[in-house]
Amino acid sequence: MGSQDRPRKTVKCLVWDLDNTLWRGILLEDDDVRLIPEAVAAIKELDARGILHSIASRNDHDLAMAKLREFGLDEYFLYPKINWNAKSASVKEIAGDLNIGVDTLAFIDDQPFEREEVAFALPDVLCLDAAEVSSLAGRAEFTPRYVTEDSRRRRVMYRADMERNAAETEFGGPQEAFLESLRMRFGIKEATEDDLQRAEELTVRTNQLNTTGYTYSYAELDAFRVSDRHLLLTSTLEDRYGPYGTIGLALVEKGETAWVLKLLLMSCRVMSRGVGTIMINHIKRLARDAGVRLLAEFVQTGRNRMMYASYKFNRFTEIDRRDDFVMFEADLAEIPADPPYVEVTASTTENSSKSSLS
Amino acid sequence: MTDVKAKITEFLAGHFKNHDLADDEDIFASGYVNSLFVMQLVLMIEREFAITVEDEDLDFANFRSVNALVDFVSRKRAVPVAS
Repeated sequence: MGSQDRPRKTVKCLVWDLDNTLWRGILLEDDDVRLIPEAVAAIKELDARGILHSIASRNDHDLAMAKLREFGLDEYFLYPKINWNAKSASVKEIAGDLNIGVDTLAFIDDQPFEREEVAFALPDVLCLDAAEVSSLAGRAEFTPRYVTEDSRRRRVMYRADMERNAAETEFGGPQEAFLESLRMRFGIKEATEDDLQRAEELTVRTNQLNTTGYTYSYAELDAFRVSDRHLLLTSTLEDRYGPYGTIGLALVEKGETAWVLKLLLMSCRVMSRGVGTIMINHIKRLARDAGVRLLAEFVQTGRNRMMYASYKFNRFTEIDRRDDFVMFEADLAEIPADPPYVEVTASTTENSSKSSLS
Repeated sequence: MTDVKAKITEFLAGHFKNHDLADDEDIFASGYVNSLFVMQLVLMIEREFAITVEDEDLDFANFRSVNALVDFVSRKRAVPVAS
């Protein structure tokens, strides 16, 4: 899938088997299973680094969940799949539920058969033997470059997502009415030094909702932040279920007569929220007020067609195209209104012209 | 073409509060445009009507109303797809 020889990505979610992987013993045969201390230590350590956990176990669902609650571990697992299906099916479903690529998952199981089944059906999943559990924390795949405020809160934020998703599934009405019921608040501001680690993390983690896939180092981002030829914006989202954290990033290169949107990305957790449009609208207004053209670079990565569509539907027109590279220009004559169901606050100003956001 | 229109109307009803969208009403005017909605709309059209939406087809003019979508689908279907 176009990911030639790049180094393996950091794992976003580790999927656990239960019997003889998380605990010693087979639950259906003996209720008195014992936790494996190294496994518990790995769960807690990776959780603190912002790596999520889930379960793919062939077991009795209610019995296994009750056991996890008894051990006080149930809260650590997102979208656990405890059923009698093939584990590859469960792993794939977990990727879907979390809305992350299968290639960012790892799977740990003591049974060679299960590992091979998953590896065969899903070759991009990192499959690990339960015997390796005490070495997990030392592996590069489980060592994100930074542990940010957002990564520490990631599990809690994903749990809020689970509640939102459940509410959305139950919600009978149209999507638009559901979004209204969330009472979302979207904030845009210029990146501060404190935002840079998260900003770098977003450039590395975000694949689908990423217009160019350009990654920038901390030092580069810091230079953009203080440069008066650049505008580095971050965005946050919050709703009645709690904060989503810092979910968006935009980098604008400010030329004399034209600004170039080098990078626009949004965390895939907010894919259905319409907030990408808000960021685009904001930058359009700034460019219009500064009296410059607004261009936007786009690089096809094989996974970001959604962002191509987003530019097109936000009134950007292709003005140049070479292979995978596209240059867009925005129509600044007619800037549409932000979605009515989101309250927007923007604390960036360009020159003295505050954008009129209510 | 009535089934094309029915499919499109049904899809839009699942997203918009306003169930009585006029056939020529601008579906993006409400500000309800998000990446997922756009992509779901594109994928629904590709799947339901067995056409391929190319980059150059991803144009506002093709998607802005029920009528525009129906026209777009019939135009795409009129051109034999190389298989």
